Amino acid sequence: MNAHSQTLALTAPLPLDGGGELARVEVAYETYGALKADRSNAILLCHALTGDQYVASPHPITGKPGWWERMVGPGKPIDTDRFHVICANVIGSCMGSTGPASEAPDGRPHAMRFPVITIRDMVRAHVGLLDALGIERLHAVVGGSMGGMQALSLAANWPERAERVLVIASTSRHSAQNIAFHELGRQAIMADPRWNGGDYYGGEAPDNGLAVARMAAHITYLSEEALTEKFGRNLQDRDAKTFGFDADFQVESYLRYQGSGFTRRFDANSYLYITRAMDYFDLAEEHGGRLADAFTGTQARFCLVSFDSDWLYPTSESRHVVHALNAAGAAVSFVELSAPHGHDSFLLDVPALDRVIGGFLG
Amino acid sequence: MSLRPDLAVIARQIVPDSRVLDIGCGDGALMLALRDSGCDVRGIEIDPESVERCVSQGLSVVQGDADRDLADYPDKGFDYAVLSQTLQTAARPDRMLDELLRVGTRAFVSFPNFAHWRTRAALLLQGRMPVTRSIPVSWYETQNIHHVTVKDFRELAREKGARIEREWFFAGDRPVAGAANWRAEFAVFELSR
Repeated sequence: MNAHSQTLALTAPLPLDGGGELARVEVAYETYGALKADRSNAILLCHALTGDQYVASPHPITGKPGWWERMVGPGKPIDTDRFHVICANVIGSCMGSTGPASEAPDGRPHAMRFPVITIRDMVRAHVGLLDALGIERLHAVVGGSMGGMQALSLAANWPERAERVLVIASTSRHSAQNIAFHELGRQAIMADPRWNGGDYYGGEAPDNGLAVARMAAHITYLSEEALTEKFGRNLQDRDAKTFGFDADFQVESYLRYQGSGFTRRFDANSYLYITRAMDYFDLAEEHGGRLADAFTGTQARFCLVSFDSDWLYPTSESRHVVHALNAAGAAVSFVELSAPHGHDSFLLDVPALDRVIGGFLG
Repeated sequence: MSLRPDLAVIARQIVPDSRVLDIGCGDGALMLALRDSGCDVRGIEIDPESVERCVSQGLSVVQGDADRDLADYPDKGFDYAVLSQTLQTAARPDRMLDELLRVGTRAFVSFPNFAHWRTRAALLLQGRMPVTRSIPVSWYETQNIHHVTVKDFRELAREKGARIEREWFFAGDRPVAGAANWRAEFAVFELSR
């Protein structure tokens, strides 16, 4: 599909939730489909933790198809014949937007001098992009997982910017279990001697640590049923156990492959910063402790979707948001879809999700 | 598309541009009709496939259990709360009625009348739980856990201090006038408090 890749330099420093501001912020983004003259048909798509702006175009490093090609394109549920789809790399990431690997004013990478950012900071950068593009009001903001957190944050903090808010397999706050898994990943990275306090650019990156972080996280993206279905106790290219610590089982081999593949395309420090932003996310806390107050007076229409096999952000988390939206009197739809794949269901073949998304976007 | 008779009555009574909560909205037939008359209409539905059909038609429907989830809705957030063919499935119909009149200024309630002569005859003559066109499912698989009659409902409304504004009765799709507790298969009540 015809994608348009660009990078925007924000003209003003970006104020940050943690205090201070980030200067010289760049936002890398892709667009698909034509923007109407009245700029009324824009959809902002927000990507997940390790996602990027290449939603429906080949990834520049891996060459793999975009991460939501099945959903975004001409005639697809997010129809680029009708909508102008914008997907921006979040700040803190490593695919062109400003992050820890970007150059600081002293000419060296920020590394751990990069400020700790929040989901709202990421969204503030997105809003800066929308301002620069002259898009005052989105037809919709759409996101799954961390993308859903951004969509909720936009709806709560810039309520006039989106007519529709679509939140898939997401949450309004990170649970203790969510934080625990992220901490495991971060500790794996920081325990890799090559991490070197985050100062590894130009040398060897902490790929072993990052791969372990990805392996642990990947388990949380799949349901037990999906793992069992896919791998069971099958052995990998062998007839018997080796009585060693090689990847005897297919599931081990799969995870190692996922881990090492990930290090080719992702920066370990970005993983630290983005997981931290997700852990800090608590939309109620930002609004005086009551989630409904985050949505007071909203005119947007909301749609939340969860999956019955998602144990990372289970249905109860979506319901929690739905209850708050009801209490705020907002127009909200919610459906728990049945899909076997776990959290990753939002990226996979779930025809009911296509229908819900297409219907909600109108 | 022609609406079920109880829904058609409710659709006719609801003033255009009202705020409406449809509890147990099913496939959203009433919601679509009300949307066409300019209403801001929301739904609650327990069956995920029905919810999916509603959402894919652009309706605002929340998958949930009215017994539990009504509590989240603010007082008098709606001009009308509609409970069609759902009262008899509620865990506590009496509390459900309270909730309806809390979230809505007015409420519509429709239900199959268990005192219809066919139902009475089945019980009297056959000595078996009735399976009729208004109660089509066997006792062991029906979702109707609290069968109710026109008389019972009027009594409940009185106990709850709810005023019956209007009432309609049907046998099949024909209106019934008089001797409703004998002759009506379905009843529709409009209530206020």
